[in-house]
Amino acid sequence: MALTREQLATIATLARLELTPSEIPVYQESLSRILEFVGALERADTANVTPMAHPLPGLTQRLRADVVTEVDCHERYQLNAPLTAAGLYLVPKVIE
Amino acid sequence: MSALHTHTLSQLAEGLRRKSFSSVELVGELLARIEKSQPLLNAFISVTAEEALAAARAADRTLAAGDGGALTGVPIAHKDIFCTEGVRTTCGSRMLDNFVSPYDATVVAKLKRAGAVMLGKTNMDEFAMGSSNENSFYGPVRNPWNPQLVPGGSSGGSAAAVAARLVAGATATDTGGSIRQPAALCGITGMKPTYGRVSRYGMVAFASSLDQGGTLTATAADAALMLREMAGFDPRDSTSVETPVPDYVAALEEPIAGLRIGVLAEFFDKGLDAENERCVRAALKVLEGLGAKVTQASLPNLPLSVPVYYVVAPAECSSNLARYDGVRFGHRCENPRDLNDLYRRSRGEGFGAEVKRRVMTGTYVLSAGYYDAYYLKAQRVRALINEDFARAFNGVDVLIGPTTPTPAFPIGAKTSDPITMYLNDIYTIGANLAGLPAISVPCGFVQGLPVGLQIVGPHFSEARVLSAAHAFQRVTDWHTRIPVGYA
Amino acid sequence: MSEWETVIGLEIHAQLATCSKIFSGSATAYGAPPNTQADLVDLGYPGVLPVLNGQAVRMAVKLGLAIGARIAELSVLARKNYFYPDLPKGYQISQYELPIVSQGSLEIVLEDGQRKRIGITRAHLEEDAGKSLHEGLPGMTGIDLNRAGTPLVEIVSEPDLRSAKEAVAYMKKMHTLVRYLEISDGNMQEGSFRCDANVSVRRAGAQKFGTRAEIKNLNSFRFVERAINFEVARQIELLESGRPVVQETRLYDPDKGETRPMRSKEEANDYRYFPDPDLLPLKVDAALIESVRATLPELPDQKAARFCSEYGLSPYDAGVLTASRELADYYEEVVRAAPADPKLAANWVMGELAAALNKEGIEVSAGRLPAARLAELLKRIADGTISGKIAKEVFELMWSQSTDADAVIESKGLRQITDSAAILRAIEDVMAKNPSQLAEYRAGKDKLFGFFVGQVMKATGGKANPAQLNELLRNKLCG
Repeated sequence: MALTREQLATIATLARLELTPSEIPVYQESLSRILEFVGALERADTANVTPMAHPLPGLTQRLRADVVTEVDCHERYQLNAPLTAAGLYLVPKVIE
Repeated sequence: MSALHTHTLSQLAEGLRRKSFSSVELVGELLARIEKSQPLLNAFISVTAEEALAAARAADRTLAAGDGGALTGVPIAHKDIFCTEGVRTTCGSRMLDNFVSPYDATVVAKLKRAGAVMLGKTNMDEFAMGSSNENSFYGPVRNPWNPQLVPGGSSGGSAAAVAARLVAGATATDTGGSIRQPAALCGITGMKPTYGRVSRYGMVAFASSLDQGGTLTATAADAALMLREMAGFDPRDSTSVETPVPDYVAALEEPIAGLRIGVLAEFFDKGLDAENERCVRAALKVLEGLGAKVTQASLPNLPLSVPVYYVVAPAECSSNLARYDGVRFGHRCENPRDLNDLYRRSRGEGFGAEVKRRVMTGTYVLSAGYYDAYYLKAQRVRALINEDFARAFNGVDVLIGPTTPTPAFPIGAKTSDPITMYLNDIYTIGANLAGLPAISVPCGFVQGLPVGLQIVGPHFSEARVLSAAHAFQRVTDWHTRIPVGYA
Repeated sequence: MSEWETVIGLEIHAQLATCSKIFSGSATAYGAPPNTQADLVDLGYPGVLPVLNGQAVRMAVKLGLAIGARIAELSVLARKNYFYPDLPKGYQISQYELPIVSQGSLEIVLEDGQRKRIGITRAHLEEDAGKSLHEGLPGMTGIDLNRAGTPLVEIVSEPDLRSAKEAVAYMKKMHTLVRYLEISDGNMQEGSFRCDANVSVRRAGAQKFGTRAEIKNLNSFRFVERAINFEVARQIELLESGRPVVQETRLYDPDKGETRPMRSKEEANDYRYFPDPDLLPLKVDAALIESVRATLPELPDQKAARFCSEYGLSPYDAGVLTASRELADYYEEVVRAAPADPKLAANWVMGELAAALNKEGIEVSAGRLPAARLAELLKRIADGTISGKIAKEVFELMWSQSTDADAVIESKGLRQITDSAAILRAIEDVMAKNPSQLAEYRAGKDKLFGFFVGQVMKATGGKANPAQLNELLRNKLCG
């Protein structure tokens, strides 16, 4: 299962990861290797098997009461923010 | 009285209650040991000396008043994946190098309430992805038994710290074996509970349906004590179960005569080092000597557990790590040209190679055209593995085998091919896929390096798994061995 | 007729009126200062986890019941993965393959009075994103995450709509419904009710659908209509000139009155949906459904039908009066107090009252004119105290002075003159003062009758009983 350069570029874009030109073949190789390895799954007979999304079979989602429990802590939280102004998180301008 | 650092967690808790020594004395001694060990072992990312001593003083006051919880004044460390309020929480990554958590993980809060004193945050493979602690932005952790070797991962820092007796107990997380494998390579006891037993709130997510918080300690009795305080329902975690927490400590002395042990054929494959096998089989004989009954068992789909894991875990992590974008916290690149550049470079710079590998693998297996063949297929095989376990547990109480195929390996030995590294988890991954409780205890040495014995039980059978491990430790002394230079 | 057929499907996002967010305990109130209602879960901090708000689930079930849909016993919350600054986790928790509600419908009334059933493919729960602000931040965009995590129900119609007018009718009906059910305040200015339109055209009689464009974030009925009409014309022009319609996302520019492609966001986005591992499957059992069913109010259609049969109103009038539950309730309160003439009550509620409310930009629930007072006014018309025309004057004063009918009638002396002798005197007076018109009328210029009516009305300050005036005047003029 060899990944092409284009496929790797698409994946890197979807995942928003900047890769240097020298990194690309390295990841191409390791990812191809991993995909080849996990390709072994193809052999398994899974006809009529329900996919297991959770290791707690039969349990269902608990519902929370509709009450407000949180208070404004934005000043404290924004101590971690790289760039803010007037309480807003800033990013380079996005044009819609 | 022997040196304090050789005491087990349980002995320290008892000693503090008896006022045989003070928490301040104990904390002071351990902080000195940590400082001395750091240049070589590098087990810690952050040491919170000031806060620890303040907490120790408060603990001593509490103990003097005759009050206190199960762990009052007892020093522990937290894997740097647990959010700790006001303290840097890095997950071993450049991405969170500057991140000071505004809240405590539930596990941290619970242990705090039980009176434990945090000495610092331990080193780990970045975002819990790795089996050797070579993937940390803060440099590798070294195995106290031999500094040229890896301690295992991803909880390498916590394991090395406990093995070197820098702390008597440390929290850790296990997604594919990240508690048990380092426990085995470091000669200590590592416990991963049932999925949902311990709250994941505040435990930075890697693979949400596999991650569980657990313990690294010298003994099973210590694990029982720590786990009892950590476990329990948390309304902030939708995957947390409401099953009441038994008193694991009280259940420790449960005799194991008649315990039905299943030995998995798949665990004794050609990948298992012959010497490791020898230690494990000897351990099984010891258990038989205590009255346990050993039978053959098989999990036919288990060999596919590593491929399943390396589809499911990357898929979940690719999504869990999307929040690291340089906007609200964490690493942000300099002078981003536009939004896309902000994302790509912040993430490109913030994440290490293994993380990027897994994020990209995960992105691929979830993408259009591949979802069915990879992700859905893996979850179906996961279901088969789960069924295998359920069937096996119909006839046995626990499954026992080796924790790892080999003892600790040299730093740099397995970094060239990801698959070679991934296969370290071949015996541990199954328990994560099925959400089962599992422990690793030391059971021998191979050329001076520890070997681990793994005990896996059905869902919520922690008490039995712990008591079986405890029974083994009552008649063996592998768990009392301390590496040269740290005794 | 047209050789082209329009095909429209609407996706409506309605914010659910819960107190707290769908996955966190933050408040959902509108208008708070930036990021003051965004907790660690909303911010997507490391280590946080979602827990589902039960009220959001109940509201989705309520909607499902009201549209006759299937409520899934087990549905799954799934992650929709993409990068955008207003999406803190880098994924939106939504529902994909197994939504909570599916296969419902809503009936709309077309312009010609015909009824049409519009299928609703599904309705599912999801979380709203934050907001991007561009003003006052040179070169930057500011992100406010107060809205992130507000519960939404996304309602997807079948592509059953065939014109902009049908689309608006459907949207209005849904808007009324969510407000009736009290699951959403439907406030389009505040973004509680948003609409995306999927629009395509095809040659009349064609089987396959044409390529569609999606027009996003239409937040008024008027914009929906205009945007669709523009888009249809645009697509027809493209196809007629041999060019293809590109499948893309477009925005409506209300100033220019046109749609244009969106520049960012979804260039070839692969959302990589998968079940959210932090959430367990959502179970909705019969007990929950029944407890929600017990809270269903009389639905708009049922109410309108009852208004027709109980009050003798036309379907159109019933439709207008039941457009909001508050208006319908108000109307019924008026009729209860003045039961003699429900049609008169309908006319006044739809006419004078609605106009006064619109002028001030308020809703009937603001309580400017209590139902009992309007009822009283209607009774004064019915008992002949005032004429219908004078009543309008009385209404104006009741409205502006916040007082009741009798007070106005008394203080302004607006009682209708029903004394025939008095009216006769006024008529004779007018006739005496206008001899030439009198002569012309008697010579055959019939339309001068209105002139005399007007003059007598003027002389009596508008208070002469019109029916009596007419009869007496006719007799006098001819006599």
